[in-house]
Amino acid sequence: MNVELALPENGVGLVAPKVAHFAEPLKLRSGAVLSDYRLMYETYGELNAERSNAVLVCHALNASHHVAGWYADDPKNVGWWDNMVGPGKPLDTDRFFVLGVNNIGGCHGSTGPASNDTATGKPYGASFPVITVEDWVAAQARFADRLGIDRFCAVMGGSLGAMQALQWTIDQPQRVAHAIVIAAAPKLSTQNIAFNEVARQAIISDPDFHGGDYYAFATVPRRGLRIARMIGHITYLSDDAMMERFGRVLRADDFRFHFDVDFEVESYLRYQGEKFAEVFDANTYLRITRALDYFDPAKQHGGSLTRALASTQASFLVISFTSDWRFAPARSREIVKALLDNKRNVSYAEIDAPHGHDAFLLDNAHYHEVVREYFNRLARELAARAEP
Amino acid sequence: MNASLQARSDFTVIARWIPQRARVLDLGCGDGSLLQFLAHTRAVQGYGVEISPENIVACVRNGVNVIQNDLETGLAEIETDSFDFVILSQTLQAMRHTEAIVDEMLRVGRQAIVTFPNFGYWRNRLAVACGHMPVSDNLPYEWYDTPNVHLCTIDDFERFCARRKIRICERVVLNDGAEVAVAPNLFGQLAVYRFERLSV
Repeated sequence: MNVELALPENGVGLVAPKVAHFAEPLKLRSGAVLSDYRLMYETYGELNAERSNAVLVCHALNASHHVAGWYADDPKNVGWWDNMVGPGKPLDTDRFFVLGVNNIGGCHGSTGPASNDTATGKPYGASFPVITVEDWVAAQARFADRLGIDRFCAVMGGSLGAMQALQWTIDQPQRVAHAIVIAAAPKLSTQNIAFNEVARQAIISDPDFHGGDYYAFATVPRRGLRIARMIGHITYLSDDAMMERFGRVLRADDFRFHFDVDFEVESYLRYQGEKFAEVFDANTYLRITRALDYFDPAKQHGGSLTRALASTQASFLVISFTSDWRFAPARSREIVKALLDNKRNVSYAEIDAPHGHDAFLLDNAHYHEVVREYFNRLARELAARAEP
Repeated sequence: MNASLQARSDFTVIARWIPQRARVLDLGCGDGSLLQFLAHTRAVQGYGVEISPENIVACVRNGVNVIQNDLETGLAEIETDSFDFVILSQTLQAMRHTEAIVDEMLRVGRQAIVTFPNFGYWRNRLAVACGHMPVSDNLPYEWYDTPNVHLCTIDDFERFCARRKIRICERVVLNDGAEVAVAPNLFGQLAVYRFERLSV
């Protein structure tokens, strides 16, 4: 196969997703119950005999269980964190057993709004419950039980994935040795929620949305989803990164005095929206943005993040990026402060990167070195414990 | 590991002052070797503060808690009185906001420890008397590339403390690792102080 030659040789290589079915009902924070559900997942590396080298990688808004590697039938579909996870990479799959799980409510194979409700035989659509970060952690913990993993060596994620890592340390304190919390916020700002609301309104007001039951009409609210993605994308990039990449470059020699694409950035956003609307489910987008809005561990503790994190036992690595204005470094420092207040082991790196929120997905030598050294240390700890 | 545990001469003095399992904050902690030393010898729970990306990586490698932050902007993340000791090892002279950082140290810590090269050391005085800025093991920079913006002598520092209502608890002055008893402001290369707020 010629196509194989073009693929990076230093990755985990060919991977195949797997499915886990759960017949035991899952009670959600909203009070709703998922009577049965499935989780799509991938694993990389080998679980050691002590089952002590497992690392859970939690995904953000638009990603999935496909963290690393590529598929035989879709070799261009490389995992979303392939630069981070693989043999010899910062999270080294020669030493760690890495688990990626598509969250419930998602649209990459785990039970979500587009799945058939076993009670009706029809897609859930609007009836699929609103889900929260706590629900995801509960489902992941149950999945860990099934895999026989009592305690994760690390739970790791960026953005919404980092919020799950943080929630793990609160809800399952004994089951997380280390949490790696990247480009996170302890809760959304008013502005963050406002952006999410605009994205949701774009979807909901699309005539093809049909109140969320568009599956029955063999259509999708593509226009709404496109706009939602365009809005989201603006918040993932920094002003400087956009200026650097697109400037005010025009597609033609001069203005064309119309409302079609004039500027390169318009073309880029439309392309991103288009691509996203092809593969992503609008109902999932609504629910994931809501999960972001509702994430606020301090809420049950009178607004005190310090008290919210008092139950944690993990050691933490917190990382932010200087140009991230969606979840700015100050937001990560709130987490660091609450951990310091609780005398938790914590290290904090503020990476000088120009790319905005998306920097957590990109190559950056300092960023990757910090993560690599952190995992090197975990590998040394594991080796020391394995010695008789 | 042995190399990084090779204690600088001020490390052993500092370790002597710190009880077992104390909570220690090391400002400008470099690669974390002092905290590593204190973890091994005193089982402290330590955190470092550093600004350089290379040192952040080194601290993570050395298993030392480190917070990336610019000391010149203060210690906003750190609660008042949350540490037993706050250390500023051979960094005081490179701080722009000297008074502010000493205030911050005494806000977040019960006691503070600083070490700095004594500009009053006779060789430094001699160099200046001969018309040149001193360059030595303790002051390894030329005038044009030095990060040191606030060099002082032992007498200067003690006057500073007296003016700012700071009580000096203990002082050790070193010359090539040996303690100096006589005329420390003349014969000492490196000063190590432990101090606290004068209770009002």
